Amino acid sequence: MTVALGEADMPMTRTRRISAVARGDRRPWTFYALAAVFILYVAALYGPMICIYILSFQDIRGGLVFPMKGHSLHWFVDLFTQVRTGDVKGSFDRSIKLAVLVTVITLVVSLMAGLAFRRRFFGDTVVFYLMIGSLVAPGLVLGLGIGLLFQWIGISPSWYTSALGAQLSWTLPFGVLVMFAVMSRFNSVWEEAARDLGATRWQTIRLVVIPVLAPGLVAVALFGFTLSYDEFARTLQTSGSLNTLPLEIWSMTLNVTSPSLYALGTVTTIVSFIIIGACIGAIIVINKRRGVRATGH
Amino acid sequence: MPFRKIPHEVQSGQVMPRPNLSAWLYVTPLMLVLVPFFLLPTLVVLIASFFETDGFGGLLPTFTLANYIDVLTSAQTFLLYVTTLKFAILTWLFTLIIGFLVAYFLVFHVKNQLLAIGLFLICTIPFWTSNIIRMISWIPLLGKEGLVNSTLLGIGVIREPLEVLLYSGLAVVIAYVHQLTIFMVVPIFNSLARIDKRVVEAALDAGASRLDVMRYIIIPMSKSGIALGSTFVISIVMGDFFVVKVMSGGGSASVVSAFYENVGVLQYPIAAASAVLLTLVLITMIALILRVVDIRREITQ
Repeated sequence: MTVALGEADMPMTRTRRISAVARGDRRPWTFYALAAVFILYVAALYGPMICIYILSFQDIRGGLVFPMKGHSLHWFVDLFTQVRTGDVKGSFDRSIKLAVLVTVITLVVSLMAGLAFRRRFFGDTVVFYLMIGSLVAPGLVLGLGIGLLFQWIGISPSWYTSALGAQLSWTLPFGVLVMFAVMSRFNSVWEEAARDLGATRWQTIRLVVIPVLAPGLVAVALFGFTLSYDEFARTLQTSGSLNTLPLEIWSMTLNVTSPSLYALGTVTTIVSFIIIGACIGAIIVINKRRGVRATGH
Repeated sequence: MPFRKIPHEVQSGQVMPRPNLSAWLYVTPLMLVLVPFFLLPTLVVLIASFFETDGFGGLLPTFTLANYIDVLTSAQTFLLYVTTLKFAILTWLFTLIIGFLVAYFLVFHVKNQLLAIGLFLICTIPFWTSNIIRMISWIPLLGKEGLVNSTLLGIGVIREPLEVLLYSGLAVVIAYVHQLTIFMVVPIFNSLARIDKRVVEAALDAGASRLDVMRYIIIPMSKSGIALGSTFVISIVMGDFFVVKVMSGGGSASVVSAFYENVGVLQYPIAAASAVLLTLVLITMIALILRVVDIRREITQ
């Protein structure tokens, strides 16, 4: 039925266009209702987070709930100096290193897989469903499997071996899915032109494909970094004896009842926001430059 | 090798795909991660579910169905599934309703394209921040002395603080909906954005009511987005344990939290058997959801 409608609609008459404009002028009541839903949704999305950022700036008398008791950076200092809250500094350090490693691998592997999936190839469905399986598999179950596998082979698990692999099994499917979306808008005419002009395969990728796909690749990097930096379920049983930051936060959630928990939340969210801001900014800058260049010529 | 747009019949698989060496070279790194860190661990869990434990974390390679019999005959398993399914269905319902309304608003009511993208980004940014932090951020709001209770007490709606707000099933569902609505918004937004607005105009011109447009055009054409979002939400809730653990205050357990307790006391074979059962249940649910949509075509197009 929808197909029939679509075909019937193709020759758009003048009267229709006028009626569409007339309709567009007055907003229906649903606009206001849905706008209210949207505003409530955004408020509920950010409201609680903002509460804990505010509460993390209390002084030494501070508790877990409002009202605010004084203003200070006490709990931030406490976070990085107290031993009883655990090894925040070390785990922060490890999480950043791991996230960078995951980002680089995710970028390269997703780009390659994205290039491969443009055409059908023998066994592509198997690869595709392995990826989807890896995406939806419960993290703890996968963690146990990886732990047992390492135990059987005789390698002791650590954050830069088993946890790295466990996180990649989560970030790569996301990275490749983002690549699919990016690739669907990639016009292979440019690639063909490069080849016709005598570029080698590597030159084509380095000088044509990567620059054209740059904004999409930044998006893949964003997914790689943030998903690794905040990953918990898959890392829990695979990180060995040293914690990553989310594992540290998790143990604090169960033990610590002071605002230093909120302070850690504020710090880790600031890091996330810096990464998100940098990536979105980079995408905007790349697109703007392109716009200037396109109109300049 | 020509780099052309793929003819439709090739894409939908009616022509046998040819063996393609260079494509396989390109996916080799992906497979080098998926095989050792997804496929093999899954097989290891499957194998371990037929083993016996020596009680000290070691596994005795035998073939026994005792673990499965244990899991399947225990009344606790049944209760765990009832609890987990209850959370999954409630979360699914709320994320679907909120996610659909938000996506619909952004696609059909925000006329300025740039504004729509900006508002969409505002919805997605929390996805890239820590889940655990977003979960605990409900504590200052829902706690016994939290903002909601003190506000309600202040305006005199209640005399005693409500205890059901935090550390309860309600808190679990709130935390899930808070975290997972984004998984509905993004795919539904994508499928709604692909609807040709002229189709809607034509229907209205032909005398359809706005309810008809919703029933016969918008909802059928957003089915694929809804199916994808549902897959995400249900598989995450069914595989979760930390939200249940913290937000229920130990009051309820999920299938995976029971699994994790077994791992904690080194009962690997039983844990593995319950993991295999959970995987089968999940696969069945996802297969039912995805019957309405060809996920492969949906994602790659």
